[in-house]
Amino acid sequence: MSEIEQIPVTMTVNGKKVQRFVEPRTLLIHFLREDLNLTGPHIGCETSHCGACTVDMNGMSVKSCTLFAAQANNAELTTIEGMANADGTLSALQEGFRQMHGLQCGFCTPGMITRAHTLLQENPDPTEEEIRFGIAGNLCRCTGYQNIVKAIQYAAAKLNGRDYQEAAE
Amino acid sequence: MNDMTPSREQREAALEGMGCKRKRVEDIRFTQGKGKYVDDIKMPGMLHGDFVRSPYAHAKVTKIDATEALKIPGVIAVLTAEDLKGVNLAWMPTLAGDVQMVLADGKVLYQNQEVAFVVAEDRYIADDAIQLIEVEYEELPVLVDPFKSMDPDAPVLRPDLEGKMEGAHGPRKHHNHIFNWSVGDEDATDKAFAEAEVTVKEMISYHRTHPSPLETCQCLASMDKVNGELTLYGTFQAPHVIRTVASLLSTIPEHKIHVIAPDVGGGFGNKVGAYPGYICSIVASIVTGQPVKWVEDRMENLSTTSFARDYHMTTEIAAKKDGTVTGLKVHVLGDHGGFDACADPSKWPAGFFNIVTGSYDFPVAHLSVDGVYTNKAPGGVAYRCSFRVTEAAYCIERGMDVLAQKLGMDPADLRLKNFIKAEQFPYNSALGWEYDSGDYHTAMHKAMDAIDYRGLREEQKAKQEAFKRGETREIMGIGVCFFTEIVGAGPSKNCDILGVAMFDSAEIRIHPTGSVISRMGSKSQGQGHETTWAQIIATEIGIPAADIMVEEGDTDTAPYGLGTYGSRSTPVAGAAIALAARKIRAKAQMIAAHMLEVSEFDLEWDIDGFQVKGNPEARKSMKEIAWAAYNAPPPGIEPGLEAVSYYDPPNMTYPFGAYFCVMDIDVDTGVAKTRRFYALDDCGTRINPMIIEGQVHGGLTEAFAIAMGQEISYDEMGNVMGASFMDFFLPTAVETPHWETDHTVTPSPHHPIGAKGVGESPNVGGVPAFSNAVNDAFGFLGSTHIQMPHDAWRVWQVAKNLGAHG
Repeated sequence: MSEIEQIPVTMTVNGKKVQRFVEPRTLLIHFLREDLNLTGPHIGCETSHCGACTVDMNGMSVKSCTLFAAQANNAELTTIEGMANADGTLSALQEGFRQMHGLQCGFCTPGMITRAHTLLQENPDPTEEEIRFGIAGNLCRCTGYQNIVKAIQYAAAKLNGRDYQEAAE
Repeated sequence: MNDMTPSREQREAALEGMGCKRKRVEDIRFTQGKGKYVDDIKMPGMLHGDFVRSPYAHAKVTKIDATEALKIPGVIAVLTAEDLKGVNLAWMPTLAGDVQMVLADGKVLYQNQEVAFVVAEDRYIADDAIQLIEVEYEELPVLVDPFKSMDPDAPVLRPDLEGKMEGAHGPRKHHNHIFNWSVGDEDATDKAFAEAEVTVKEMISYHRTHPSPLETCQCLASMDKVNGELTLYGTFQAPHVIRTVASLLSTIPEHKIHVIAPDVGGGFGNKVGAYPGYICSIVASIVTGQPVKWVEDRMENLSTTSFARDYHMTTEIAAKKDGTVTGLKVHVLGDHGGFDACADPSKWPAGFFNIVTGSYDFPVAHLSVDGVYTNKAPGGVAYRCSFRVTEAAYCIERGMDVLAQKLGMDPADLRLKNFIKAEQFPYNSALGWEYDSGDYHTAMHKAMDAIDYRGLREEQKAKQEAFKRGETREIMGIGVCFFTEIVGAGPSKNCDILGVAMFDSAEIRIHPTGSVISRMGSKSQGQGHETTWAQIIATEIGIPAADIMVEEGDTDTAPYGLGTYGSRSTPVAGAAIALAARKIRAKAQMIAAHMLEVSEFDLEWDIDGFQVKGNPEARKSMKEIAWAAYNAPPPGIEPGLEAVSYYDPPNMTYPFGAYFCVMDIDVDTGVAKTRRFYALDDCGTRINPMIIEGQVHGGLTEAFAIAMGQEISYDEMGNVMGASFMDFFLPTAVETPHWETDHTVTPSPHHPIGAKGVGESPNVGGVPAFSNAVNDAFGFLGSTHIQMPHDAWRVWQVAKNLGAHG
C-alpha cells in the first residue's frame, strides 16, 4: 500500500480559523480530537447512533464520526469547547445540566449539550416532547434522560427570560 | 455573639453534608468538555494497537501470515499467541478460576475472538494492516444452545481441559461442564414439595445482554525500560486489582507499576475484568519500548468484552392454598461462553444468586447451578447489579407472579402475605444470608397507596371485559416487583477476588488552613464520588464539602481498594470514609481540649467544631483545630491531622424496593407503552438525594432496555446478532418512560452511617417490574410465562399465539 497523499482543509472551529493537511479518509472526529486536541467530542460507536461526537456545523448538528474532515472544508464548526459564554462563565445549557443533574459519567454530555444548543437555535422554546424528539440522536446510558430534558427546559427558560422552578429529581 | 455570627442552621447548610442535594463537582469539567478519559491521553511516540478477530465461532487456526501487513509503512509489529508464549502470556487467568486465551492459541471459541494484535503508528494504519493479515481457519462444529452443552456427543470446546474432572469449583461431570454449585437443604425442600397443597414450576430465562457503557474499554500502556516501570492508563472499575494482576502476570514489582483510571465513561460491570487488549498493549509496549494505546470499537465491545446474564432458571415454588410459601427449588443452567470469566468473588461461582429467596420467608429452599461452555463470548459480569442478584430477583419475582396466577391471588397480596416481617430482622434466609434490616410491609403499602393499586386493578378488570367484548384492542398490565438486593461485597470471611479480600479504604488529610484532600480505593464511573464522598466527610468533621477534594483511581496515591461495582462503594468505601473521619475527629477533640484548657470529656461536637458542654460560646471550629494540629499540638501529641481507614464489612447490606409498572399493550402491533412507572427505594441513609434519584432513573432506563428488547443473541452458526447499536437496543429519550421515584429509610444497623447502596437497585428491580407487567397483561388470555425480551415483534407473536388476533 502506498503512502496516502494529504489534502489541505480549512475551517473555522470555535471562532478560530484552522488550516491543516489531512488524509482524505480522516474522519472529522479524529481531526478534531487528534489534530486540534479538542477532546470534548467523544467516540461512542463510530456508526452515527450514539451522538457522543456531535458538533455543530454551519448551524446543523452533525455526527463527526461519520463525516470526513474534508467534508467540513470551509465550514464553521462549534464544539463543546466553544459553548461557554464569552466571559468564560458557563452557558445557560451548561449551567442547566449541572443544576438539573443532567449528567453522570459525562461521556455523552459534550455531544448532548452541543445538540441541545443547536436544538434551541432551531426551536427556542420546545415542549418536552419536542426536546425528547430533538435529542433522540444522542444516547445516554446513565441518566434516563429525564433530567436532561429538565436541563434543556432550564436553559430555554433562562434564554427566554423566565425562571425555571422545577428541581432536579 | 454579634449579628454576624452564623446560626446553627447556617453553619450546617454551609457544610453541604449528608442528606443535601449538593450539585456535582465533576460537572464543572464535564459540561465544558474538559473531562479526561483514556482516549484523551496522548504520549510522545504513542502507537496504536488493534485486533485481527475470528469470523468463526469455533475453528482451528492453522496459519497466520502477517508478511504483507508488515510491509505497510507505519506497521511496527504483529503479535500472535506464539509471541505471547515467549513471555508466558498466551493465556491469562480469569476472575472465576478458569484460564482464557489472550490471543487464539491453535483455535477460536467464539466469533470475534482475538487472533492477532497489530501495532502501528496510527489507528488507520493498524486497520489497513488487519485487512492484509491472512488467517487460515478450519471450521469445527458450533455449540450455541447451552441445553446441548452436556450432550454425550457435544463437541469438545476446551481441549486444554481434556481429562480434567476437577475444576476451580469442584467436580466437572462433562467435557463442557464448568461447575455445579448447590446450596440449601435438599431433603427438607423435597419434603416441603411432597407435602405442598400447591406447587408451580416454570423455566424462566434471563437472556444474554451487555452493559454497554458509552465509552468502550480502552487502555494506554507505557513501559519505561530504563527504570523498569510500567504506566497503565485504563478504563478500570478496579484499578488496584488490575495493578496486582499486572504485577503477578508480568513479574514487574507492584511498586513499579502505575495504574491510573482517569475519568471513566460509564462501567456498569463492563470494566471490572481484565481483557486481552490490556495484556497485548502491555506486551506491545514492552516489546517496542513505546507507549501503546488500545481502544475498543463498539462492535468489539458488544461482542467480546463481558456479556451479562444468560441464566436459564427452572423455578419451583411450594405453597399452601392460602398462599403461604413453604419451599423454593431452583435449578440454573448458566451459559458462560468459551471461557468462564465471570466477575464474581472467587468462592462464588454463581455470585450471590442464593439471594433468590428474595423478600419472602421461605422456611426451606434448595438451589443448584450448573455452568457450561458454549461457543459464545466469555463474561458473565454483573451489569449494574451485585453478582447474579438481578437474575435471582427476576427468578423469584416472576416465580411469585406465576404462583399468584395459579392460586388466583392478587400478586401484591401474595407478596404481602409472605414478606419477612420487620420484627424478624436480622433475618437468616434458608439459603444462608443474614439480612441486616428491612420494613417491607411499610414500603409496599406506601407504594400501593401512591399508585392507587386497587383502583388500577379495577380499571384492568374493566379493560379485560371490554377487550373480550371486542370494544378495544388494547390490554393493560400491572407489573409488581418487590426486590431485596445483597450488595457491599464484602466481608473478608467470604469475599475475595483472586485472593485479595474485598475491603475498601479511605485516606483523609486536613491541611493547616482546614482544607482537605481525601483519597479512596473506590473508582467512580459516573456515580459522583467527588461530590458525595466529600459530603460524608463534611458531616463527620465539620469542614465544608467545597473545601474537600476527592481523588480516586491513581494506584500510586490512593489507598488500596477493590473498586466500584456491585453497589459496593457506599457500603464499603463509604464506611471507611466515615471511620477515617472519626479518627480525625477523635484527635481534633484532644487538640480542642488543649486549646480551650478543659478536659476532652467536657467537650461536645456541634456541626463544625467542639464546644464546652453547657457553654457553647467556648468553642473551636475544625478550621481552628486544623491550624493548631500542625502548629500548636498538645504536648506529647504528634503534629498533623490525617487518618486512613481500611474497612472490612461485618456483613453485606440489603437494600430493597417496591416497583410498579403500568403498561398498555396494543395486541395488533405488539407495541407496549409504559403509562406509569413508580419506584420506591429503601437504601438506608441517603447521602445525596439528587444523585440517588439520578441513579434510579438511569438504572430503570437500563432495566427498561433489557426487559423490552436489549439482547445479545446468536444464530446457529454462532454469529453474534446484536453487536451494533443498529441491533442492540439502547433506548433514546423518545422511548424512555417517565420515572416516578419515592423512598423509605431503613438504615443498615452495621454500617457506620447506615447507608446501603442504591446504584444497582433500579436495574435489579426494574426488569421484573417490566416483565411482570407484560406477563400480567396477557395472563387473562391464558399464558403463564412469556420469555424476555418483550420487544414488539415478540409481544405481537405472543398475542397471535394466544388467539388475540381472532
